[in-house]
Amino acid sequence: MPAILFYIFSALTLAAAIGLVANRNAVASALSFFVCLCGISVLFVMLDAHLLAFLLILVYAGAVVALFLFIIMLLDMHGGKRPPFKKMTIVASSIAGALLIFGAFSFFARGQFSTDELALAQAPAFFTDLKIYGAKLFTTYMLPVQLVGFLLLVGMLGVIVISKKHEEKEPGDRIQEAGDKP
Amino acid sequence: MTIGLYHYLVLAVTLFAIGFFGVLLRKNTLIIYMCLELMLVAATLALVAFSRFNGTIEGNVFVFFILTVAAAEVAVGLAIVVALFRRRGTVDVAKLNALKN
Repeated sequence: MPAILFYIFSALTLAAAIGLVANRNAVASALSFFVCLCGISVLFVMLDAHLLAFLLILVYAGAVVALFLFIIMLLDMHGGKRPPFKKMTIVASSIAGALLIFGAFSFFARGQFSTDELALAQAPAFFTDLKIYGAKLFTTYMLPVQLVGFLLLVGMLGVIVISKKHEEKEPGDRIQEAGDKP
Repeated sequence: MTIGLYHYLVLAVTLFAIGFFGVLLRKNTLIIYMCLELMLVAATLALVAFSRFNGTIEGNVFVFFILTVAAAEVAVGLAIVVALFRRRGTVDVAKLNALKN
């Protein structure tokens, strides 16, 4: 039964990922990304990482995809025609992706991850309680927690500074804008 | 047929490759950014799978930090995209070639 569920949800995730790449419409891409994240969070549940599955939905699907949709709506990129992809681009990026997969599979083929050993049933017992997370975060990983909190503060300040409207333009900006015109 | 570490790794690698393909193929900055996020999520899937099959929680805690950093990164990146759009009027990477020559 877990095998069937794994195959169903991995197929859903892969289909949504392909939809993210292949859709011409940015909103449809964002919604494909949402479906892909839901599939991955189901796989997290199957790997007993319940908190991470919840956080993935909450942070990624709730905040990140919503932010993406908001920015797509704000920028309104439907003006003008979208030209089709160049054949050269398609060929080059397909070859690059295929090489990446080939490299990973040649690594697997060396026999370090054989298919029959390390089934989930034989894996060591594993409990991801919130209590264990809390204990780890506030003892072993105290410094990273502080650093990540500081990073969030810096990110917030950076967003405010970047998205602030500049009232008066500096001389450098004007030169750059003049240089843009062909 | 049981599901092992191998299956999760194959899925993670394939997702990563699809994201990489999208980054190279697409021209819209926002979609490139979503493909980058897809690559990040594929890496977290591999980390959670390793963590589960080794019976340690360290991988899960690491993914917890990755999620936090990704949230901050998305906020800053999207602010940069909005600033870029305000300055240049486009988010097409083929037209953002001021540094080309």
